[in-house]
Amino acid sequence: MQIIVLLYNDKVLENVISLYICGDPRSLSMKGMVGLTSEYEKLDAFIKNLPTKKGALIAVLHHAQDIFGYLPVEVQDFVAQKLEIPAAKVYGVVTFYSFFSQQKKGQFRINVCMGTACFVKGAEGILEEFNALLGTETSVVTDDGLFSVDALRCIGACGLAPVITVNGKYYGRIKKSDVKDIIAEYKGKI
Amino acid sequence: MHKIYIGMATCGIAAGAQAIHDVLVAANMQNTQIIPTGCIGMCYAEPLIEIKKQGEGSVFVSGLDAKEAKKSITDYIENGNKDKNILPNKGYGKQVRIALRNCGIINPEKIEDYIAEGGYEALRKALNTLGREGVIEEIKASNLRGRGGAGFPTGLKWEFGYKSNEHKKYIICNADEGDPGAFMDRSILEGDPHSVLEAMAIAGFAVGADEGIFYIRAEYPLAVERLYTAISQAEKLGNLGEGIMGTDFNFKISINLGAGAFVCGEETALLNSLEGKRGEPRLRPPFPAQKGLWDKPTVNNNVETYANIPAIITRGAEWFRSIGIEKSPGTKVFALAGKINNVGLVEVPMGTTLREIVYEPELGGGLPDDKAFKAIQTGGPSGGCIPAVHIDMGVDYESLASIGSMMGSGGMIVMDEDDCMVNIAKFYLDFTMEESCGKCTPCRIGNTRLHEILSKITTGKGSHDDISELKSLARVIKDTSLCGLGMSAPNPVLSTLNFFGDEYNAHVNDKKCPSLTCKDLITFKITDKCIGCGICSKVCPVNAITGEPKKIHTIEHGKCIKCGECLPKCPEKVRAIIKE
Repeated sequence: MQIIVLLYNDKVLENVISLYICGDPRSLSMKGMVGLTSEYEKLDAFIKNLPTKKGALIAVLHHAQDIFGYLPVEVQDFVAQKLEIPAAKVYGVVTFYSFFSQQKKGQFRINVCMGTACFVKGAEGILEEFNALLGTETSVVTDDGLFSVDALRCIGACGLAPVITVNGKYYGRIKKSDVKDIIAEYKGKI
Repeated sequence: MHKIYIGMATCGIAAGAQAIHDVLVAANMQNTQIIPTGCIGMCYAEPLIEIKKQGEGSVFVSGLDAKEAKKSITDYIENGNKDKNILPNKGYGKQVRIALRNCGIINPEKIEDYIAEGGYEALRKALNTLGREGVIEEIKASNLRGRGGAGFPTGLKWEFGYKSNEHKKYIICNADEGDPGAFMDRSILEGDPHSVLEAMAIAGFAVGADEGIFYIRAEYPLAVERLYTAISQAEKLGNLGEGIMGTDFNFKISINLGAGAFVCGEETALLNSLEGKRGEPRLRPPFPAQKGLWDKPTVNNNVETYANIPAIITRGAEWFRSIGIEKSPGTKVFALAGKINNVGLVEVPMGTTLREIVYEPELGGGLPDDKAFKAIQTGGPSGGCIPAVHIDMGVDYESLASIGSMMGSGGMIVMDEDDCMVNIAKFYLDFTMEESCGKCTPCRIGNTRLHEILSKITTGKGSHDDISELKSLARVIKDTSLCGLGMSAPNPVLSTLNFFGDEYNAHVNDKKCPSLTCKDLITFKITDKCIGCGICSKVCPVNAITGEPKKIHTIEHGKCIKCGECLPKCPEKVRAIIKE
């Protein structure tokens, strides 16, 4: 197998090659990092520009999730190294907060608000409808990688309940029958 | 000059206010100023535009798309024609707006607008006239209590911070508004961010802190953006930063994003989160006012509490105490949602009755479709459900606690005859179980067990023993949990058991859900009124409905998934499908 090792700094390059030669499966996911090097560089630059590393972990993870879309173990390791804290601590924080995801999300991220106002106005049915029509389950990305559906904590737009957002765009007062139109709208964007 | 205010908080933008703003600007009306503003409070009417035509009273345009809105508004402004879309402004009725005083009136992205309404005068008065002790005396005299829910006197909190001899101290604004159904803090930050910044600076001056920190939910991107704008404007004008208003007082404010953990609204968990750790609560004492962030004295207040401060400093404690009731002066903002006509924010004096809040036309406006009021849920997952018999109770911290609920941050969810109270209790337990940080056992395991029992009951597998088990377990969790989350998590269960015991009994004894909500306890049937039109069988997603045309159809119960799709499809004159 051929691997491309462009734009790596010495340390990562050494890691990838040694893991690969040993047949460590992690090298395969690290190989994915090759094309993503500029993303790691972005994250590195952000960390270098922090006024202090003290207490910065959550802010760094927010930024990392903005860049990568999710927080796989490799990114967590990277953050741990750069902030000079144990990887276990990073993992502990990532798994504690619901905003952080270790799963890859869809190209279109559908969030169904599950606040009380939305709940009493039928949000549960809306969530089920999305899952049924997309043939997936909550938090699992569809096979084509296009959609993922999540139940979100109250987003405070109770006046428009039930509310969903798709990639940050709000849809208020939606009915079960609107769900297929919303999915079609985004399928039309591909 | 005519003025057009467009409500452009999250709800307004979600309902299409941006498009309306853009077409109105493009319409280029003469002698007209278009002002994007924050939440006007009437979320049910979004997108909402208030028009103040020169020399005339204020009117509203509500719920229109950009094209219709432009037509009605330009016709009114330019030709004076009031078409059917131009609605009179009935005013705020019994509302008294202190925390929301500028929301819907100023452009939140312009510090000049805030200053024009008397903004930053309170900070000037604190710095130049009152002095540190004077500020604390004024806040203590006002008897302002924490609006985050617990109701601790704000002045005392500040005094503890002031008395500490440490050199470094912190001021924190808790904007981790996690209660589902509460959105007043978001509205204040989106509609009037400077009032909170000003209050934090006043707190910093009084306590002796030079650093303020926002802890705000990541779910509120617009509020975060407007805060960043407001901070940089205030710094430019010298209202924040070094040597504020020509004095030697320095105060800077930074923003930290939360990451989706309800428990971080608890102040010690919030401190851990600010330090980049898991948001688990700390043991108290030491209290944050002694040892808080990075072990330094820390004063932490909620957004709405801060929003009251500039008004109190400017107008005095005596004025503030003249509003509300003696033990809890001032106002409270409530977020009305659920089965209520006027979903939105209302700010009323403490002691206003639930009946007024729900039924007054300028407040809640009653329930839709004239359904019967069943209960009102206050205090979010930490609160309880209040039944109709208590609807004439005045609302304040003590009265709510006396009937097993709590003020919480001020969310009020109205429920009608269609809501099953056991299911509502289960919904809240679902939430607290998910949000329990896991540090202490009663909360981590106890709430999971409560949820399991409730699931048993709502699926018709419950027994009488389960009800007594619920009661005793709930008491243990309340008595032994480490922080406020665990101590209050059983409240929804206890209050529904107390006030709606009949419903629990019906689920357990008769295996029936009286409000026909719990799927496992209801069946759909077609009566002999059926005319055999076949519409229902077409919408059934699992083909459970069969029958010859023009003959009575039947539902195969083994197949039926109780989705309820068929029910509204049965023609109104026929109404052959019933749920029981």
